[in-house]
Amino acid sequence: MPMSGEFKEKILAPLMSISTGKDLKFVGKSILRKEGIDKVTGRARYVDDVKTPGALYGKTLRSSIACGRIKKISFAPNIPWDQFTIVDARDVPYNRVLQIESDQPVLCDGVVLHREEPILLIAHEDPGLVETAIRSITVEYEREPGIFNIGEGRILKQYDIEEGDWKKEFAAAEVVFEGEYKTGAQEHVYIETNGFIACWEDECLTVHGSMQCPYYVHKALKYAFKLQDDQINVVQMTTGGGFGGKEDFPSVLAIHAALLAKKSGRTVRLIYDRAEDMASSTKRHPSISKVRTACTKDGILRAIDFSFHIDGGAYITLSPVVLSRGIVHAFGPYKWPAAKLHAQCFFTNSPPYGAFRGFGAPQSLFAIEAHMTALANHLGMDPAELRRRNFIHRGDTMPTGQVVDEDPNMEALLDRALELSDYKTKRARWKRGGGKGISLSTFMHGTGFTGSGEVYLASRVGIATTKDGGAEVRVSSTEIGQGTETVFPQIAAEALGIDISKVSFRRPETKVVPNSGPTVASRTCSVVGKLVERAAGKLKQRLAGADIRQHYAQHGEAYEEVEYVPRPGLVWDDDKYKGSAYGAYSWCVNVAEVTVDPVTAMPRVDTLTATVDVGTIINPVLAHGQMEGGIAQGIGWATCENVVLKEGLMENHHLTNYVIPTSADAARIVVEFMPSPYSEGAFGSKGVGELPMDGPGPAIVSALNDAMEAKFTHLPLLPEEMLK
Amino acid sequence: MHDDEQSDVQQAAFRTSRRGFLKGVGIASAATVVLPGLSLGQEEAAGTPGLKEFGSGPLEISLKVNGDERKLSIEPRTTLLDALRTKLALTGTKEICDRGSCGGCTVLVDGRAMVSCMTLAIDMQGREITTAEGIGKDPGFAPLVDSFCEHDAAQCGFCIPGILVRSAALLKEIPNPTPLEIREGLAGNICRCGTYSRIFDAVEACAKKGGVA
Repeated sequence: MPMSGEFKEKILAPLMSISTGKDLKFVGKSILRKEGIDKVTGRARYVDDVKTPGALYGKTLRSSIACGRIKKISFAPNIPWDQFTIVDARDVPYNRVLQIESDQPVLCDGVVLHREEPILLIAHEDPGLVETAIRSITVEYEREPGIFNIGEGRILKQYDIEEGDWKKEFAAAEVVFEGEYKTGAQEHVYIETNGFIACWEDECLTVHGSMQCPYYVHKALKYAFKLQDDQINVVQMTTGGGFGGKEDFPSVLAIHAALLAKKSGRTVRLIYDRAEDMASSTKRHPSISKVRTACTKDGILRAIDFSFHIDGGAYITLSPVVLSRGIVHAFGPYKWPAAKLHAQCFFTNSPPYGAFRGFGAPQSLFAIEAHMTALANHLGMDPAELRRRNFIHRGDTMPTGQVVDEDPNMEALLDRALELSDYKTKRARWKRGGGKGISLSTFMHGTGFTGSGEVYLASRVGIATTKDGGAEVRVSSTEIGQGTETVFPQIAAEALGIDISKVSFRRPETKVVPNSGPTVASRTCSVVGKLVERAAGKLKQRLAGADIRQHYAQHGEAYEEVEYVPRPGLVWDDDKYKGSAYGAYSWCVNVAEVTVDPVTAMPRVDTLTATVDVGTIINPVLAHGQMEGGIAQGIGWATCENVVLKEGLMENHHLTNYVIPTSADAARIVVEFMPSPYSEGAFGSKGVGELPMDGPGPAIVSALNDAMEAKFTHLPLLPEEMLK
Repeated sequence: MHDDEQSDVQQAAFRTSRRGFLKGVGIASAATVVLPGLSLGQEEAAGTPGLKEFGSGPLEISLKVNGDERKLSIEPRTTLLDALRTKLALTGTKEICDRGSCGGCTVLVDGRAMVSCMTLAIDMQGREITTAEGIGKDPGFAPLVDSFCEHDAAQCGFCIPGILVRSAALLKEIPNPTPLEIREGLAGNICRCGTYSRIFDAVEACAKKGGVA
């Protein structure tokens, strides 16, 4: 693969030196992404780029209240409504969106539970006329008071953990310290909005769209339309970012598009504009945490009492598992002799919150990490030292019951991060309140689905020989920017022992690829990648050294498929909420350096240093890209991304007033990988997608506190708040 | 060579349905649809927004895009972005914010970067328009395209054509930009995957290797 000289020296040289401990040809190499040129020059086809002559344009009529009943829907008399396709709840064979539960209606059936809830769908050949028509429909409501605060409404999900004699520890503690920590919602701003194109042919439905999880969409369509598996084909188009935002939400959109297509008998395009997408789609769950810790005067942690509360919004969507991942990460990478945790997710009348990179972990890790720094300040200790004294090690048991059977090496990651950032010198030199600050966070992120999730998924991966003497990887794991289309061929080529140029990646469509599970939970490279490795190994065995081209000519396509096998000894008890929550964890240390403008209090993240163990690096440049991108989103969440909620609705649902980091704000991001391979991950890899989102928030807020001599415990931390 | 299939279809749809639709305004009968279990709605006689036709209807115009003179039929209100995407099938130019605040729809107009979502197509007659597709085919810009690929500047890729165009304009204006000039020059384009540092490196490396022609 071509690479420029400077790039090789500047970025790749240090990355290339990463040793995988084996003599590998493709794994560990910065193979350039195959689809790069098409993306750069605008040739890649996203859903809105598809031509559909004669198609109708769909649009959604949404509720303008947060809670109540629909009394009447009136259609203005001067519109020839018979030229439009109009769909309401009566047109849905089974009016429920199947996710974890099926509480959410596809279209309002009289009751409104949040702003922007879909009520009617309308389609016409002329997109302009659809807009006009939508404005000519009046909905009258009977309003009811809504609930918009965490803790006021019904409980959506609750978990409790008690481990050791925490009461005794608190009673006997030398130091007890507590704090409350809050995190705001966050909008994904995947750069491509949500969109689907649907068409029916002979009772069979095909949808093309922007998504992370083709089989989630497949499952939801099957449920709402009461269809058989083979009546549906879900095709993923090139997808312009997801970050969790295209995990659960596309199922709703796909059903909507399919409803309009079914009723009209035409192809229907349902592609959101930015304002509709931001107002109606899921966001990161807002959270409130109360953390109380008991420790010795020397800062040795004895017990924790953690209350973790999140806003789930109006429907269940993925909230129970978001809460669950939040819980497992709430204890940080520390050893706790005793622990108590009370976690609740509440219903409110906000649009449902959903998956967003990190999936609950950034919220609970913000609380524990902001708390650790505040505790260090309270004890008069260096926050790095307090952490060092309490890191978890191999053989220790986590409060969720998992015995750590890998080496977290947190001390080594910490030492290296402090060294790279020159932490000690800067901390000594920069006076508190002097406008510059440096602080840190230490954290981990579980690879793959939480608890028994991977067992239930039972993911399958296929690989087939091709006529030209190569192989094709067939998975439902999608390329959404992170490099699936490049990493899987690397893994397959390595395991098959053929050249990378001979391995192709089949664009996911459910009629063709097996269900390798959703593209979420930092599972693609490590968990699904391992299945690719195994499938390729099986194929290699079957070929028994035969030339693939000749084998294909003689026998036709050779296809092998493998299914997920749980790691021996990895047990999770759903009822007791106890056991090994993840097969492995990725570990990380962040150091944030910030400057605050003395006049405007505008914060700037100058440098963010990350030392990282994500196991074996399959593709250094892509892994680096995941780290940089996640850190950039973490910086945004901490400093500028303020979702302004009014009656649960994001009021600032435009890119003009919801600010994400631009190139002018881009921090210097220093990433160093320190891999310790994981036996059950592809060639030793662990999850990398979500980890970088977890650490910047607490490190930045703590650094801003130092710079401003303040004690803020929430994010986003905006300049106007720091000026007060 | 030109792919006008879609625009033809859409023009046809426009002629039939919109004309018919507008003729029908005022004479169509009222319709009321109610959901099950809800009271019947009353006809909305007063206060209903009437439909009024603005402008002159479709116009035949000509645009010079990527070196070719292209004829198209548009309404006067059509933005350059819509004209490129829906009439000329040049979908490399992306709609991201539709408010002139993200740079996704950046094109070159007479060599200068402009956001096409805030530009009316009829105003662009007689101007030289270059899209990401045009830059991709222009040998003079090949070093920039290669540099973007070599630096893995695109993750999801949706913002990247706009950033490529903006970078092309930047290098035309400042052949050897400083890191700060690159950073500020590209500040109008947002990328959510966070590949900014690779984009900076790609532009800088291209400039150092001799830039664009």
